[in-house]
Order: sequence, then structure tokens, then C-alpha cells
Amino acid sequence: MATEAHHAAHAHAAPTGFISKYIFSKDHKVIGIQYIALALAAVFVGMFLSLLMRLHLAWPALHLPLVGLMTPEQYLALMTMHGTIMVFFVLTTAPQSGFGNYFLPIQIGAADMAFPTLNMLSFWFTFVSFVVMLAAFFVAGGAPISGWTAYAPLSALGEIAGPGLGWGQSLWVISLAIFSGASLMGALNFITTTLDLRTRGMSLMRMPLTCWAWFITAILALLGFAVLLAAGILLLLDRHAGTSFFIPGGLLVSDRIIDHKGGSPLLWQHLFWFFGHPEVYIAILPGMGIVSHVLSTFARKAIFGYRAMVYAMGAIALLGLGVWGHHMFMSGMSPYSAFAFSLLTMSIGVPSAIKTFNWIGTLWGARIRFSTAMLYTLGFVSIFVTGGLSGLFLAQPAVDIPLHDTYFVVAHFHLIMGVAAIFGMFAGTYFWFPKMFGRHMSEGLGRVHFWLTFIGVYAIFMPMHFIGLAGHIRRIPDTSAYTSLGVFQPVHTFMSIAAFITIGAQLIFAFNLVWSLVRGKKVANDNPWEATTLEWTIPSPPPHDNFAGLEPVIHRGPYEFAVPGADKDYVPQHLPDVRVAPATGDD
Amino acid sequence: MTAKPSVEELDLIETGPDTSGPDDSGGLLGFGDDGGDFRPATPRSPQVYVTGIWIALASILMFFMGLTSSFIVRKGLGTDWAPFTLPPLLWVNSLVLLVSSGTLELSRRALRDPDPSGRTVYRRWWHVTTALGLVFLIGQLAVWQQLRAAGVYLASNPSSSFFYLMTATHGLHLLGGVLALAYVAARSRRSEFELWRAERAAVTATATYWHFLSGLWVFLFLLLWLGR
Repeated sequence: MATEAHHAAHAHAAPTGFISKYIFSKDHKVIGIQYIALALAAVFVGMFLSLLMRLHLAWPALHLPLVGLMTPEQYLALMTMHGTIMVFFVLTTAPQSGFGNYFLPIQIGAADMAFPTLNMLSFWFTFVSFVVMLAAFFVAGGAPISGWTAYAPLSALGEIAGPGLGWGQSLWVISLAIFSGASLMGALNFITTTLDLRTRGMSLMRMPLTCWAWFITAILALLGFAVLLAAGILLLLDRHAGTSFFIPGGLLVSDRIIDHKGGSPLLWQHLFWFFGHPEVYIAILPGMGIVSHVLSTFARKAIFGYRAMVYAMGAIALLGLGVWGHHMFMSGMSPYSAFAFSLLTMSIGVPSAIKTFNWIGTLWGARIRFSTAMLYTLGFVSIFVTGGLSGLFLAQPAVDIPLHDTYFVVAHFHLIMGVAAIFGMFAGTYFWFPKMFGRHMSEGLGRVHFWLTFIGVYAIFMPMHFIGLAGHIRRIPDTSAYTSLGVFQPVHTFMSIAAFITIGAQLIFAFNLVWSLVRGKKVANDNPWEATTLEWTIPSPPPHDNFAGLEPVIHRGPYEFAVPGADKDYVPQHLPDVRVAPATGDD
Repeated sequence: MTAKPSVEELDLIETGPDTSGPDDSGGLLGFGDDGGDFRPATPRSPQVYVTGIWIALASILMFFMGLTSSFIVRKGLGTDWAPFTLPPLLWVNSLVLLVSSGTLELSRRALRDPDPSGRTVYRRWWHVTTALGLVFLIGQLAVWQQLRAAGVYLASNPSSSFFYLMTATHGLHLLGGVLALAYVAARSRRSEFELWRAERAAVTATATYWHFLSGLWVFLFLLLWLGR
């Protein structure tokens, strides 16, 4: 009987050509880096768009590069594309598809994902989707102005409704349909890999919390993006095939009566938010996983309440599928529905609080090692609490209705969904960079980057809560639109300057990244952080088949730090027994 | 021993005896005296295809549930819903698809038969299923043709919009099923499955998908017919 091990090793030989190795690669690690590179490109595009918006908000009369004197329509186009690019191509792409692709198979002891070809297709679909999205800038009429939520009927009517709503909006929908397909393929791969490819001894409850987060996120993506795809097809048919799913009758647009009739704009909102709310968790759950992982490692303590952490993530995901209506309190929904959505939404506070207290419990009495990755982890916990609390305000219809169209909401979702998720990514980057590239990132630059970013984001978004509470409506290009907004101008200038400093700090990160790739301090061993999980048992960078044709056997949970009697303060998952330190006789 | 091996025995022969057990060669990967517990990797189980298809079905189900709720909401909220007569040919098509699920099961049953003639039967019913799938798709196109002739177009009314949309998206998924059937048949004919276990997994995955689409069609047909 031929041994299957030979067969398997043979089947997993590394590709040799440049194209099969780096471009159309089926290696989950290369695909992970491709996703991260795509997200990096996207984040700089998205950040540039916010830079233009913040410049205009601070100095409305300024002539800007590429834009000139900004019109309100241009401002809305920038806002739409900033939101779309950040939500889909950064927050969905990097933490889940990027880090998840790279580390999920390694952390569960697999040689690759379950479906490597599907994995490759999934990345290239995402890439094409990004190109199509960017193309919206360059078609007649420019980028769409309907926001990242593309509410119908504005998004469904075509160019008659405004600039960018012709081809720009169509490309936007097509891009997201392609993105949905890519995400579905990715989710399928993540779930199957987690279920079927865990190595011997790696029971579900021995998986690192990162793997749990990627697994649960994949389930949300699997269910959510299917509905977004359906909604996108309906919207495209309304735009190009003359159907009336979302367009009501008797609409007078640009002095013309539209000949659609009977459609329901609310239907779009329901379909979009059924996807859109889980999408928020798709962005933040991988960050929670990374943070739990890094926090335990640098606190040198087992994560407090491992099982509670898993169940809390599950509960957040499950509840997250039933709360989309809280985005629609303004739509005139029945107060009874609003009450149900509100109650469910506030109940998400319970698992979120469990997670927060468990993080604090892990830190309690710990000998913390303050690496840059750990700083970002602590920053995440801080931002998660700040951004999460304002969510409890907005979960109540009576509070949401006056605040809904104000900057309060902008501040809330930027902190909880944007900044927190980005902090999770930064923690992951500083933590795993030595494993991925065999070199350390500069800790000194990392610390400067952290403190500037941490203080910077609070300086941008804390004032935003207050102008929101004071009634500053959102989606307004500048304060000259209403005389009542004039008093907020100095706050805008302050927030813009804070934003410029924060954006400047990201250049430090970009420099650190490039410089460390070439000149960074080489890692002294495979496990520089003295961590316990499987990625730290293999060389840095890992070989093509991860474990060199072997299969690790797992003997313990993922976070065994400071085990009494062990000869080191950490016990890796694959060690069969804890060697008890020889008795000295003194005690 | 001349008796034909049973399914379980075949599996055992093809996977080989379980040689697992702690591999004491710690240090192979530079663990030094950390004493890493590693053993030779087993090949990826073909089971992933069966798992994968169930996960995919969950997603496809969500897609069609999205369309179904849109159907219900649009019909309930709008005042312009006008029913149209469904062509009787749809009943024939539905019957063809249900029969194809039956022939697919006959094929699978033959594959479990350890007798070599089982493979011939397996292939025959597999091809019949593929052909019935194509007949269903052609039948659906004929239904569209009849509707067009009757002046019922995609944009005529929300009821017809949903009819075209649901038959089209179901048909596209079924076309994928036909391609999968043809792909498995081609690989089987050229003996490209390295393990008999792999062939069985491919057959199970394809059949699961196919039966799901049959069931989905019954649901969609009832929805479009009773809800028109």
C-alpha cells in the first residue's frame, strides 16, 4: 500500500513560475498577502477621499487638487466612494480575507485552505470588483452620490436623478455584485476549512479565538452577501430593464413624471440592511479575535473566559442577524416593530460587555509586555467601549430619531466599525509581521504611529459626537448650507487639522512597513513573542506547505501561559506534556 | 478470498491502515528539544466537497429567500400586481426535474453496488439525469417563449418580473448542476479520480446540489403559481 503521506506531499509541491507563485497563486499565504495589499491600496484611496472632504469642510472656498472648487454633488460623490471603499475593500477585505487566509490554515494545522482554486478566484473577483468600483470615478457623470447604502429610489432612477447616478451608479452595483460573489466563495472556503481541515487534537474549543472569529464572520458573510447579491440584481433590473421593484409610482424627477409604478423604496432598505448590519460585525469580529489573541500573548495570561468569549461572539453574530431594522427607525415603521428591533439591539450590549470585561479580566494582575501590537490591542478595547456606548444611545428609537441624521451617528460608526476594526488590523500587522516576512517592524516608529493615531482619532471623533448632539446634520458639504450651522465652523477646522495629523501618522506606518520589509531586524527565532499557537512553530516566513508535509498533533488549548509547574511561562499547543520544573528542595 | 470487497473495505484499502501515532522525531522543523509532536500528513479528505456543497446550499437558500421576501413584500405593498396565466408546460418541466432526481438516485445506488456491472448502470442513469436536466432547461426557455408570445415581458408587471427573475436564477443554478454532472462523468470515464472515495464524494456533492435544486424548484413553482 503506497503511503498517502508521499502522495500528499507530492500533490503539494510549490509552484515554480512567477505567475503561478505570485499572481494566480493558490497558496493561502500569498492570497492573504494579496488581499492585504489590495486593502492597503484601497485604504489610501479612501483616506485621500476623506482628506479632500475634510479640507473642504474646514475651508469651503479652497480650490482642491483634482476637484477645484467643490460642488455639493462632488462632496456627496466623495462621501459615497469613501464609505463604499472603506467598508468593502478595507474593513471586509483585510481582517477577514487577508489575515484570515494567511493564518486560519496555519493556526488549525492545515497545509492550505479546503479549496485553493476557489480561494484564488475569490481574490481575483475582489480585485476586478475594486477596479470596477474605481472606474465609477471616470465615467460620464462621475461617481454615484447616493451614499454607501444607495437608497432607492435615488439609486434606482438613473442619471435623470442626478450626476453620477447613471453609469457611475451602475458600476457601483455591478462592483458590489462581483464583490458579493467573491465574499461568498471566501466564506464557503473559510467554513469548510474550519470544519474539515483541523489537525488531530484541534477540537473546536482548542482553536485560537482568531479562528473562531474568522469562522463566525464567514457564516455572517455567507448569509449576508447572498441577500446583497439578490438586492443588487433587483436594483440593476430597475435601472436597466424597466422593472419596478423599488421605484414607486408618480415620482416627479427633474420635471418629468417617471413611468415606473408601485415599487417599494423600503424594500431596498430592508434587503440592504439585512446584509448591512451583519456587515458591521463582519468588519469588527475578526478584530475582536485578533485582539483576544494578542492580548493574551502579551498579558502572559490565559484569556479570561475562553468559552464565554466564543459564545459571546456567537451571540453577537446571531443577534446581529435580527437587528437590521434599527437602521430604519426613521422610515415610519410601526412602533411595535421598532420596539422589537430596539430591544434586540440593546441586548447585543450583553455579549459585547462580556467580551470587554473578559479582556479587562485578562489584563488584571498581568505582567503586561507593552509591544506596539499590545498598544493597538489596548487601543482597540478603548475605542470599542467608546464607540459601543453611543450604539446603546442610538438603539432607542426615541433617541435615534432626533440624532439619526446628525454627526452623532457618523462619530458612532466611525469609532466602532472603522477605527476599532483598523486598530485590530494594526495589532495583527505588528504582531504577525515577523512571522510573515521574517523581520520585525520598527517598534520605535510603531509607538509614535500608535500614539499619534490613538490621540488623533479621539480628537477627530469626540467633537463630532458633540456637534451631532447640538444638531449638526450630516451629509452636508459645508456649514454655509444653513445659517444655524455656522457656529460649528471652528469645530470643523479643529477636526480637519486632527484628521491631517492622523493621516500623516499613517505615512509613518507606510514607511515602517516598507522599511521593515527590506531593512527590519531579522527574527532571532521562530517564536519571538513566546506565543503558544501553531503559527509560531514553523519557520518565518512559513514554507509553501506550512508544516513540511507533516501534521501537528494538538494536546492543549491555545492560551496556556503561566502554567504552574511548567519550565517556561508558556506551553505551545503541540507539546504533549508539561515538563515540571525539578524540585529545588527550597520550598 | 474471491468475495468482492465491501464499501467499507474499499475505503480501508484506499486510505491505507491508520499509521497515526505520535511521531517522535521532534526537532525535524527546528523545534530542538521542545519535542514537537508531529506526524506525516494525511491527504485532504474528499469529504470537503460534501461539506462545501452544504455550506454553498445555505448561501443559495438565503439568496432565494431574499428574492422570496421581496416577492411577498412587493406583492403586499404594491397596488399594481396583475396575475397572468402560467403556461401548462411548466407542469411538464417540473415533472421532468423531479424524475431526474429519481434517476440520479438510481445512479448513486448502482455506484454502491460492488459488482463491476454497477458502474455501467451508474453511468447510464447519470447520463439520463444530465439529459433530463437539459430537457428541463430547454423547457424553461420554451415557457419564456410562450410568455413572450402572449405579450408577458420582464417589465410588464411585478408578477412577471418575479417570474422571469426566479426562473432565470434557478435555471442558472441548474445549468451549473448540469455542468457538474458532465464534469463528474468525464472524470469518471477517464478514471481521473485518484481514490474511489473521491469519486463517491464528488457524486454525493453533485447529487446533494441537484436534489436541492429540485426541491427549490418545487418551492418556487408553488410560490409563483399560488402567489401569482
